[in-house]
Amino acid sequence: MNGILRHKGWSWGFRSTVMLYFIVLIALPIIGVYTKSFSLGWSAFADSVSDPLAWKSILLTLKLSLIATAINILIGTMIAWVLNRYKFIGRTFLNSLVDLPFALPTAVGGLMILLLLGPNSWVGNIAAQLGLQIVFHEPAIVIAMVFVTFPFVIRAIQPLLEELDKSEEEAAYLLGASKFHVFRRVILPSILPGVLSGAMLAFSRALAEFGAVVLVAGNIPGKTLIASVYIFGEVESDNPQGAAAVSILLLSLSFLILWLVNWVQMRRHAK
Amino acid sequence: MACELGADEEACEVRRILIALTYLVFIVLLIIPLFKIGTGAWQEGLDGLIHAITRPEAVHALIMTAWIVVVVTVLNTIFGVMLAMYLVRGTWMGSRLKQFLNSIVDLPFAVSPVIGGLMIVLILGPSTTIGAFFESIGFKIVYAFPGMVLATLFVTFPLMVREVMPVLQEVGTQQEEAASTLGAYGWTTFWKVTWPLIRFGVIYGVVLTIARSLGEFGAVLVVSGNVMNKTQTATTLVYQDVENFNVVSANGVALVLAVFSVLLLLFMEWAKRRRGVH
Repeated sequence: MNGILRHKGWSWGFRSTVMLYFIVLIALPIIGVYTKSFSLGWSAFADSVSDPLAWKSILLTLKLSLIATAINILIGTMIAWVLNRYKFIGRTFLNSLVDLPFALPTAVGGLMILLLLGPNSWVGNIAAQLGLQIVFHEPAIVIAMVFVTFPFVIRAIQPLLEELDKSEEEAAYLLGASKFHVFRRVILPSILPGVLSGAMLAFSRALAEFGAVVLVAGNIPGKTLIASVYIFGEVESDNPQGAAAVSILLLSLSFLILWLVNWVQMRRHAK
Repeated sequence: MACELGADEEACEVRRILIALTYLVFIVLLIIPLFKIGTGAWQEGLDGLIHAITRPEAVHALIMTAWIVVVVTVLNTIFGVMLAMYLVRGTWMGSRLKQFLNSIVDLPFAVSPVIGGLMIVLILGPSTTIGAFFESIGFKIVYAFPGMVLATLFVTFPLMVREVMPVLQEVGTQQEEAASTLGAYGWTTFWKVTWPLIRFGVIYGVVLTIARSLGEFGAVLVVSGNVMNKTQTATTLVYQDVENFNVVSANGVALVLAVFSVLLLLFMEWAKRRRGVH
């Protein structure tokens, strides 16, 4: 058995199979989308992209993803801090629970939000009496985005907080620095790379989110229709070229963010 | 850090508020919604729940999901581990090529699942050359099982590679080289030396792959066409039930998925703790 496996041809075969799999599965489809969106020429591409509904869906996605990311930066930083620095009942439990949105199917996440805030729930009723509309409106989309991107910022900051040298903090206190000052001058600079890369990952995930949002958004064109749902609609109505055109705008943006995250992390390792 | 007598009053106050806020976020965002799925599924009692899960379309969808999970996990594990080995250890490709391949491993993370599905339809759909060729020999890819597996493979691709690569980098090559020097062959070295070292990385990768393929929705929805009793998976059935205002049935299926996800999460925590002990 070993004799056969040692044969040069085998390892060559393995290598080619793995490389072929890699290229066919990952590289080819991405090239495919880019070529398809230009398949009918530049003007067709410009037409698809400048369709007001397409534009609105992209702008809406950007706006809501930014809001969701900002919320995640705030609560994520706070939660990472509390989970790492304070000892209290239920800490380990909460820490394991952080990953739940990653483990849960996004469609289930969307359904959960729908049940929690929907027209027949008590939160939905109270909000309706106050004149607030949550489900099938923008707030629900933001909540869905916050839900699916919840672990990113927390998990990016935690290792940095663990690494952080306590003696630096203590030295600052001894020198008479106030709590706020210590946080701003000592703690914040060391966790900032984590906040940034976590936030960018959360942002790109929010841009791409489909499952959780499609169930709670109502998907009204021009109002609550986000880009990924727009793309889905174009595929359903048999317009793959239009779907591809909007896709490459979204894709290029996500690739840029991914590249930025890698760059930030590389710089950190270089230090 | 506990608030004892004589501790800084202000710090204690801040601590209390922050812990309370943290609990509030978890309860509102995660615990109550999870609870709601449970109670929602019981809305019409046990009979309602049993009916929701044992409907023929639900049984078919759950079996479909199970098959996808099995096939995707097996393929992704084999190819993911091999690619991670090549990217870390392979001396046969230049460092430039390695760096380039390494940077495109993450691409599926940046691609919206809907776009992932669209890509497969664009390349292998019935109106394309490749798709038409396969269809003519009686092998349907898009709107059938193979396409759904491909879509799920695409979205789960980075998970295994990214779990195994850091472990391989960390353990170094010394032990493997020692084994080879002592006369062990490729396979023996892998099973006796490399495998025990990367075992936990592979287990994490498998758990993540199962969770992701169990829950994949956008990509599968686009590729499958969501035909009931044919290409419908558990997540796309939940979607269809909600669209049809059949929330109780949706809850039943969602509860099954949620239970599996929570079990996977618990298993992951257990594995992490075990690794910490050893």
